[in-house]
Amino acid sequence: MARLKYRPLNLGRWLVWGGTALLMILLPQILTAGFTLTLLSQIGVGIIFALSYNMLLGQGGMLSFGHAVYSGMGAYFTVHALNLISKGAFYFPVTLTPLIGGVAGAFFGVIFGYVTTKKSGTTFAMISLGIGEMVAACSLMFAGFFGGEAGISTNRVIGEAFLGISYGPSIQVYYLIVGWALICMVAMFAWTQTPLGRMANAVRDNPERAEFVGYDTHMVRFLTLVISGFFAGIAGGLSCINYEIVTAENVGALRSAGVLIATFIGGAGFFFGPIIGSIVFFTMVTAIGSITQAWAFYLGLLFLVIVLYAPGGFASLIAMHVPVIKARLMRRLWLPYSAALATGIALLAGLVSVVEMTYHFSTEAGANPNMKLFGLAFNVTHAAPWAVASALLVGGFIISRFAWNLVGRTWADIVHILQEQSA
Amino acid sequence: MKMTFNRVLLAGVIASALVAPSVLAAETLKIAYIDPLSGAFANVGEAGLKHFEFVAADINKRKLAGDVKFEIVPFDNKVSPQESLNVLKKVEDQGIRYITQGNSSGVAGVLIDAVNKYNERNPGKSILYLNYAAVDPDFTNSKCSFWHFRFDANSDMKMEALTDFIAKDPKIKKVYLINQNYSFGQAVSRAAKEYLKRKRPDIQVVGDDLHPIGQVKDFAPYVAKIKASGADIVITGNWGNDISLLIKAAKDAGLNAPFYTYYGGGIGALSSMGDAADGKVKQITEWHANIRPNKTEKYANAFDAKYGGPPANISFYYLRVNNEMYMLAKAIKEAKSTDPKAVAHKLEGMKYEADTGEVEMRATDHQLIQPLYISTAAKAYHNPKDPKTAKFKGTDPEVKYDQDDSGYGFKTDARIEAYVTVQPTSCHMKRP
Amino acid sequence: MEFFLISMLNSISYGLLLFMLSSGLTIIFSMMGVLNFAHASFYMLGAYFAYQISGWIGFWPALAIAPLLVGAVGMAVERYGLRTVHKFGHVAELLFTFGLAYLIDEAVHLIWGRSSVPYAVPPSLDGAAFTLFSTEYPIYRVFMMAVSISMLIGIYLTLTRSRIGLVIQAALTHPQTVETLGHNVPRVFMLVFGGGSALAGLAGVIGGNAFITEPGMAAAVGPIVFVVVVVGGMGSLVGAFLASLLIGVIQTFSVALDYSFVNLFAKLGITIGPNTPLAALWDLTISQTAPVLPYLLMVLMLIFRPKGILGTREG
Repeated sequence: MARLKYRPLNLGRWLVWGGTALLMILLPQILTAGFTLTLLSQIGVGIIFALSYNMLLGQGGMLSFGHAVYSGMGAYFTVHALNLISKGAFYFPVTLTPLIGGVAGAFFGVIFGYVTTKKSGTTFAMISLGIGEMVAACSLMFAGFFGGEAGISTNRVIGEAFLGISYGPSIQVYYLIVGWALICMVAMFAWTQTPLGRMANAVRDNPERAEFVGYDTHMVRFLTLVISGFFAGIAGGLSCINYEIVTAENVGALRSAGVLIATFIGGAGFFFGPIIGSIVFFTMVTAIGSITQAWAFYLGLLFLVIVLYAPGGFASLIAMHVPVIKARLMRRLWLPYSAALATGIALLAGLVSVVEMTYHFSTEAGANPNMKLFGLAFNVTHAAPWAVASALLVGGFIISRFAWNLVGRTWADIVHILQEQSA
Repeated sequence: MKMTFNRVLLAGVIASALVAPSVLAAETLKIAYIDPLSGAFANVGEAGLKHFEFVAADINKRKLAGDVKFEIVPFDNKVSPQESLNVLKKVEDQGIRYITQGNSSGVAGVLIDAVNKYNERNPGKSILYLNYAAVDPDFTNSKCSFWHFRFDANSDMKMEALTDFIAKDPKIKKVYLINQNYSFGQAVSRAAKEYLKRKRPDIQVVGDDLHPIGQVKDFAPYVAKIKASGADIVITGNWGNDISLLIKAAKDAGLNAPFYTYYGGGIGALSSMGDAADGKVKQITEWHANIRPNKTEKYANAFDAKYGGPPANISFYYLRVNNEMYMLAKAIKEAKSTDPKAVAHKLEGMKYEADTGEVEMRATDHQLIQPLYISTAAKAYHNPKDPKTAKFKGTDPEVKYDQDDSGYGFKTDARIEAYVTVQPTSCHMKRP
Repeated sequence: MEFFLISMLNSISYGLLLFMLSSGLTIIFSMMGVLNFAHASFYMLGAYFAYQISGWIGFWPALAIAPLLVGAVGMAVERYGLRTVHKFGHVAELLFTFGLAYLIDEAVHLIWGRSSVPYAVPPSLDGAAFTLFSTEYPIYRVFMMAVSISMLIGIYLTLTRSRIGLVIQAALTHPQTVETLGHNVPRVFMLVFGGGSALAGLAGVIGGNAFITEPGMAAAVGPIVFVVVVVGGMGSLVGAFLASLLIGVIQTFSVALDYSFVNLFAKLGITIGPNTPLAALWDLTISQTAPVLPYLLMVLMLIFRPKGILGTREG
């Protein structure tokens, strides 16, 4: 990739972007199971939102606990705009309405941003939390604009279908989302290459030095926040078109926490990290959420494991293997990896059993003590299944420690070899 | 009562079997139950689900819907309106034609809109939405829909009943209103002021507080304010922690005014209020465990025997769930079809002999008109002869059962007949 | 007069409970620079532990044991979690505690279920302590205040008079020097984190039955505690004390004020109707906004005086 980068025609980059676009366009044709389209639309909107969040966290070093404010306000302005358009107050193509959301997001970025971005780090985190709480509380107080508990609903099908596109069927909305997602992804990637994007990195890494060189760090952070608010607003606008309703949860703390978790799981240090993060996050929430009530527990656990052991997220895990593959050293890793996988499965099976059994026990032990897990039926009030599950959990933990040590040692060797090669 | 009804239905089965044997072939009717099953409100959603599963089993056992078997398919909406829309898409994909939901009017409003849109865009695949607990009056007024039926009395009807009861008590001169600041709380506050003015213009509303929902940790300042106002009674639509905290703070400050509540007996509320509720908390519901005569007693006992134990301690609470499902079964049988449109036409205007008396699904707005009960929390009766009541402390035999294993139950103050609660409707229903 | 006195007592007792909650957070933050998102979760754990223990052996033993258990959990979290992410910086630590809060919430759901648990005030503390004019004042609130004040004195004495307190203070500013003097600085940090968590646990034991012990209680107080710490000044215990009282007073008294801009404009001779622009905003009374005021206070404080009331440094 690095070799390809400076050629006049950047082949690698074209391949990656073209591949992504092709995949997004073809996916609904490949995965035709009923619910996939809804999930894919969610992921598409989530990607824009998470990428906009990562402008703050990854590129600007600002940890925000209130990013939903910008996407939510974008969504609210879009929904009001759509309602006005359908009343005939003014004309605006539905395809472009996410732009209204974007402008609204940027506008609130300007309002809240100037004071919040004076400092980064903990101060910024706290102030974003405070603003998030305030806006969320206001959303229930001002029913006129926010629609109170019921939210504001709209109809995305306005006027005559243009070239057969009415946005009635959800497949058309999916392609609208894909279109916007691709444009936003390219735009946000391009932003990272601009002087401002570069300065955001510098301000993140060493604000003092950036200040000495003559840059106004406050201004850099402020502009970053406004642009990030713009893209978050677009994501909000798209979600408004997708659901045809905007409710208070759009500006709520849960939404803000969700985008933080998604971005971090994917990897804040890489441009494509939040994309992976959104895919993992929404798949977990939707797919695992429909299987088990304990989905939030598993999601929290995954987040903690990532924070503790892979703070670069999934993206860093992928990225760290690239040089190994190039140096043709992967074969050294297969054995430790399979050991880690095997023991990890045992550990995971133990963990899942304990969690699921506890859930079942606490919700319906009295009425229905029998449950099924991994195809096995048993009674949760008996001791035997608990013994098996805890043995799996504890035993799995102990043997996985050995496997992980093996992985660690092998990696140390590989890093050594790589260093020698480069020297 | 159940027996005779059963027999009537049995006759109906035979009759319909003779007339149209092929339509009602053995079929499983899936009903999607959409409510929170994870997160902060999961206990409420879980309790509702148990009610539906129990009554579905009863219907299947007694063949109340003929050969049609009911199956409840639970979906977790995490009390989020948007997540509910995702869930609705799943329901559509699985070909389920009936949904039921109750928690949060926000979710209900979203579902009504979405079902309307879906049925409009997909004629022939229409979905019917049965609402068992969302009480925003709009749903049977400005937002009324042919595809929506409500089996709970809406908040205006409950207020009509409450104020009727209040108006009869000449000692009440000053009323304090405290509600959550969102659509439902505001509706309660507005209705209370309007109805009291109509029925007892001499009653003074000495306070009208709207506090942010779920944000107040310490209600002591509000109670100090109520106390300072000299109110005789307090009316509140608060639910969840907002009602429990309010009642506890009132007890701490020695406030003697009774609380007229919508959800003082809601799931888990009595357990967290403890003795603060005793004699102070009044509620308005369509049923409670100590109404007399109690035709649901046997059923409720069977339910409690199955789910009443620890750790969940769910007591039978939603009689309206039974009304909803029995009426659905009856409509299916009468329509001789499980097609939502045909069933909806049968449900409209249906009169049904429920355990508490006759109820009617009003055709103009799809609102169930039913009798209501006002009751006061009291210690459950300690019967020296019954070891099961060993931990109860009450002396009034009328309070026979406690709720959610809390040691407290309810005692009826008044039964409000169905006609009293009737409200005019602004609904102009569009029928397909 | 009666209303004023009762409200004053209410605001002080609420403020003192807030202080109990936030003191641990402030200590941890000033010593270790970690803003512990899971602090309110430790508060919740304290309440649930106390509920469980008081069911077995009574309230008074629980008052001592539950905070110790929470402290032990806190120490384990520091030793096996925080210490690992410490090398990635403060943002990683913040994220770790954020994830931890999420996980503790779910674990509480898992073990004690979704509903509230009947954790009640013990009979010996139930009832009225005294009657002021016509309002009873509950013993339990007096007890809460007493515990909170003795805690403040206890922390103050520990930090200024005891040996470990002096080591902690030294480790705060000059960790390397303290280390060369032979003290185990990581262990000191572990003790500080455990101690701070135990204080939150104590607040949980006392707050859990004064209010309601339920799985949402952590999320309900979490943001308020941050407000206290930020407003009080990052790392200042006395500042946190003042901020707690201030927020207690603001929240309690604002409830009593049924004034809105409409009243203000009416005094100025301007009438506001439902058709005036922004009518919803002008119509909002101060009492309706009461629970939101702390956040407003925090945002304003961060904008105009990021150090907080008595803070020595900015975040």
